[in-house]
Amino acid sequence: MQGEPLLKIENLVKHFNVRLGAFGERGATVHALDDVNFEIIEGETLSLVGESGCGKSTTGFTILNLHQATSGKVIYKGENIATFDDKAMRPLRRDLQIVFQDPYSTLNPRMTIGEAVGEPILFHKLCTKAELPDRINRLLTDVGLPPRFAGRYPHELSGGQRQRVAIARALACEPKFIVCDEAISALDVSIQAQIINLLLDLQEKYGLTYLFIAHDLAVVRHISDRVGVMYLGRLAELATREQLFANPLHPYTQALLSAVPEADPVLEKTRQRQVLQGDVPSPLNPPTGCRFHTRCPIAQEVCAQTIPEWRQIEPGHMVACHMVPGGLHA
Amino acid sequence: MNAMTMSAPERLLDVKGLSIEIDTRRGPATIVDGINLHVNKGETLGIVGESGCGKSLTMLSLMRLLPNKIKVKSGTANFAGRDLLTMSKSELRKVRGGQVGFVFQDPMTSLNPVMRIGDQICEPLIYHKAMKRADARIRATELLRLVGIPSPAERLDAFPHELSGGMRQRVMIAIGLACDPELLIADEPTTALDVTIQAQIVDLVKELRVKLGMSVVWITHDLALIAGLVDRVAVLYAGTVVEDAPVEELFANPSHPYTRGLLASIPKLSDVAANRLSSIGGTPPEPGRRPLGCPFAPRCQLAEDICRQSVPPLEPLGGSGPHRVACFVAQRQLEAA
Repeated sequence: MQGEPLLKIENLVKHFNVRLGAFGERGATVHALDDVNFEIIEGETLSLVGESGCGKSTTGFTILNLHQATSGKVIYKGENIATFDDKAMRPLRRDLQIVFQDPYSTLNPRMTIGEAVGEPILFHKLCTKAELPDRINRLLTDVGLPPRFAGRYPHELSGGQRQRVAIARALACEPKFIVCDEAISALDVSIQAQIINLLLDLQEKYGLTYLFIAHDLAVVRHISDRVGVMYLGRLAELATREQLFANPLHPYTQALLSAVPEADPVLEKTRQRQVLQGDVPSPLNPPTGCRFHTRCPIAQEVCAQTIPEWRQIEPGHMVACHMVPGGLHA
Repeated sequence: MNAMTMSAPERLLDVKGLSIEIDTRRGPATIVDGINLHVNKGETLGIVGESGCGKSLTMLSLMRLLPNKIKVKSGTANFAGRDLLTMSKSELRKVRGGQVGFVFQDPMTSLNPVMRIGDQICEPLIYHKAMKRADARIRATELLRLVGIPSPAERLDAFPHELSGGMRQRVMIAIGLACDPELLIADEPTTALDVTIQAQIVDLVKELRVKLGMSVVWITHDLALIAGLVDRVAVLYAGTVVEDAPVEELFANPSHPYTRGLLASIPKLSDVAANRLSSIGGTPPEPGRRPLGCPFAPRCQLAEDICRQSVPPLEPLGGSGPHRVACFVAQRQLEAA
């Protein structure tokens, strides 16, 4: 991927301290995100995939400083925004927006659609009160909703329509970067396709950069320029879409791709699946060495002892695995 | 349709003209409108549809588990020679969890949180099979091993919260299978699970189906998931079956515009990525505001006047055969060809 990085994520770590036991007598640390490094390039769609609890959403939240990073840097316009407080973040929120998964709980039920979409515009003082209705109309048209919806309440809308409102709200302050946190996961297949097309259209129209967090690999393949695969709080592999789907290197990526069902009964009957055994270990007590070694079909001794280095295999193709050529055990 | 049963294999479950209504403030609204469905012995049927199409309610109604305001208005559901919808409660209790096993979507809310999983698996065994507790525990251990839970004997004493989501779903399946049911109804059993765990569960059900020779109804919204899993697919839209065909036939030759739209809107892994997905415009009708004719007509690009006036019947494509579709246009196109 050519172009300037919009955001640089360096050694990002996020740990949550939790209290366990019936009376909270035991302290423990959830290793939600450990030593994550990547760049987001202006105008691209970078997707993060992985199973629940792998830290993909935490990555999105921490980049936007909605979670305070435990350590590491998020560099935007030459500054490390991971250390900014709420007040310092406020002007940046215009540029950095998010669309959440659940369109039912992200909209205030007592606010009309127009009020919800207009709120960020007024907050950032992007136009006068007189211009506001016009602006709201334009945003609603942008996301494919009739302007008369401005007077309606969220409960009058379907899930797909609500997600359109959430997108309009994120667009309201003309952002550069939008985190789509499972933004299409809660929608039905036919509606999902509508929203994906909408996101692609808006990207083209406004030159947006997306961090697309999802677990559906077929969707990810469809919309991404680059894809990062996460496992238990670490990046396992990051590559362009073509590289990742044609030549997955990490055994976890391979297993993940092989677990996705294909809408083709003839192919499915002959396909050899590589089914992973067991469950994802707890992030409270992640495995030593490579975090995937407990489920990895090709793990060796070294995998349980040493954390694999995050290294480049070919231009643009990063992987963390000892067994890939150039690693400790290959 | 009755004339077409020909050399048909034995039907284990035969649902005819099932209609379900919900009480709303504006009066009763039809959610499921005269569904005909059947499951043959040893067959796996996939029921596909989007949220609100009535796929779960149809199956819940068979077990008479509908919520308060929702009622069966008409129809019959013949299971092994008896009507599930009219049989006495004591008869029904023998069917539920006995001859018919049920696996629900969300294992966290369908397992009893304060009961050890061993006791929950033993319950149907003691009730239906009149087993002694000690024997039931042995059988429960076997069941847990069957569904692939490691060290099953120790796991019997675990509480649901001590298990992961995939493990809990396996426990649900073990309960569904406990009494060697003739029919297992699985309502979106993998929706809450990750893909790698989903693959494990799908493989498990495939394997058990062969091993135990049971029929399975798999309810889902995910067409890709059932492609390699079921023998036949019924596609539901707004409470009606719009297409019903053997799985290869359905994917090779989808005939209802809704099925085509649904298939086209799934991005495929094996595709060279195209830039835009084809999508179906609009949204399904709300219950109580069903259109007069074909329920899909308002979203259908091929809709004609007749589609807006009368409901197309579910009829074999081209007059005979197992591929049935409820669409005037598709039927006529085939005649013309």
